[in-house]
Amino acid sequence: MLLSIDWAIIVEKLVLITVVVMSSLVIAMYTTYGERKVAALLQDRRGPNRAGPGGIFQPLADGLKLFFKEEIIPNFSSKFLFILGPCLAMLTAMMTGAVIPWGDKVHFFDRDINLQIADVNIGILYVFGVVSMGVYGIMIGSWASNNKFSLMGGLRAASQIISYELAMGIALIALLMVTGTLSLKTMVGFQMDGYWNIVKQPLGFLIFLICVFAECNRTPFDLPEAENELIGGYHTEYSSMKLGFYLFAEYINMFISSSVMVSLFFGGYDIPFVNDAQLTQNIGVNWTALLHLFSFLAKAIFFLYLFMWVRWTIPRFRYDQLMNLGWKILIPLALFNMLVTGALVLLQQNNWHF
Amino acid sequence: MQPLTNKSKPVDRRPMSFAERLYLPAIAKGMAITFGHMFKKRPTINYPEVTRPFSPVFRGLHILNRDAEGRENCTACGLCAVACPAEAITMEAAERQTGEEHLYREEKYAAKYEINMLRCIFCGLCEEACPKDAIYLSETFAPANFQRKGFIYKKDDLLIPHPINEKEAYDKARGGRVKIEHS
Repeated sequence: MLLSIDWAIIVEKLVLITVVVMSSLVIAMYTTYGERKVAALLQDRRGPNRAGPGGIFQPLADGLKLFFKEEIIPNFSSKFLFILGPCLAMLTAMMTGAVIPWGDKVHFFDRDINLQIADVNIGILYVFGVVSMGVYGIMIGSWASNNKFSLMGGLRAASQIISYELAMGIALIALLMVTGTLSLKTMVGFQMDGYWNIVKQPLGFLIFLICVFAECNRTPFDLPEAENELIGGYHTEYSSMKLGFYLFAEYINMFISSSVMVSLFFGGYDIPFVNDAQLTQNIGVNWTALLHLFSFLAKAIFFLYLFMWVRWTIPRFRYDQLMNLGWKILIPLALFNMLVTGALVLLQQNNWHF
Repeated sequence: MQPLTNKSKPVDRRPMSFAERLYLPAIAKGMAITFGHMFKKRPTINYPEVTRPFSPVFRGLHILNRDAEGRENCTACGLCAVACPAEAITMEAAERQTGEEHLYREEKYAAKYEINMLRCIFCGLCEEACPKDAIYLSETFAPANFQRKGFIYKKDDLLIPHPINEKEAYDKARGGRVKIEHS
């Protein structure tokens, strides 16, 4: 039959989607806790330690508090867009998880289940498309608030994300030339066999890292929500869970960005110094997948920690400094990196050995 | 102008070198400093579980004392009220009836004894004025309250627990003071 539907694959993907969305929500939740704890540790404080052992239920308490807060929709705002803003931010933040390979595959019920929701062959372009959609959430929300500070925050976010996306894209082109694929899964596969991409593209990684910080609106690039200049930035008028959505979207973005960085530059779910084929033979597919997942999460959590570490170390940029860094330094640097990489790749294809 | 101290440093206005303009070494240095702080000792005291140790001469909440048989020491002489610079103490005296010998040590006792904790300055002059060792300042301080009248401590709040009937509470209330008295 031409239209016969493989129900098993639908169920399998549904389960996978649910698991990925839920776990990225939970991880984002605990990133807020981690953020506060890391901030406290870096500042010689103790951090949240009242709710549960070591303050482990603090994110639940925070969420509960946000739900109980009064929901205010200003009557001078455009109501539909005002609600759409945080929803879009949340939606785009969660969509990116679809193409990230969380592991190789598991074997259940006589089926090989791929631990990636969709292995699209343009995976990294999809990530780019969805991530840059994220700015719509901020812009729509800030515009709908009908408040000049919100609008300024939204404008800043838009111009900042556009500026840094350029450098990010160019830095990535160099990486794509090295690996020759757009699919994240294939890219991770290459890195499992050979060196991690960070070895081949250190400059590209540096540019990518800086741009990711800017894309996530994290310090030192958190100008859209610069409290001392713009009250609260784009979410000035927001309260209750809509504010929570914005904050939450930021943490999900952080996690997804970390995952993308891990997949692109740090070998994805590869366990360093371990022969994976041999490992699979020794302990079976499922256990290998579990170890892979742990390896992936460990790397991602390191990057989440890096986000926080940088946040509590480096002060915020001035806006002109931000633009200078983006346009006058990162883009030329990324172009230079692209040219050099291109030349080297070309030489290698013509049988030069180095 | 002659500088008064050698503490002032002239601002370095030389243009930054290339290495400095990269900023990355400076960022790495800053990150190393903040990372080092993760392993520093935290000065915070986990308050309700852990309390800061008070000095044994700390002057906290007042306690009305009993003797070893559990009789109140206070005879309502009023010396503490007179000594009190903040006029925080008021009392009313009463005569001990027959049959109340196990309650009060002397023939006169305080029927009402109030200290306004909002007026009290915890100077300890009442403790010094008392000829009967009936009042002393403990090592705890007045807890918060929602109303002003909650800060007027009556006799029930001030009296030390009975040394025979409630021995544990009595020892706890005496606290570190015991050692000071014996030494």
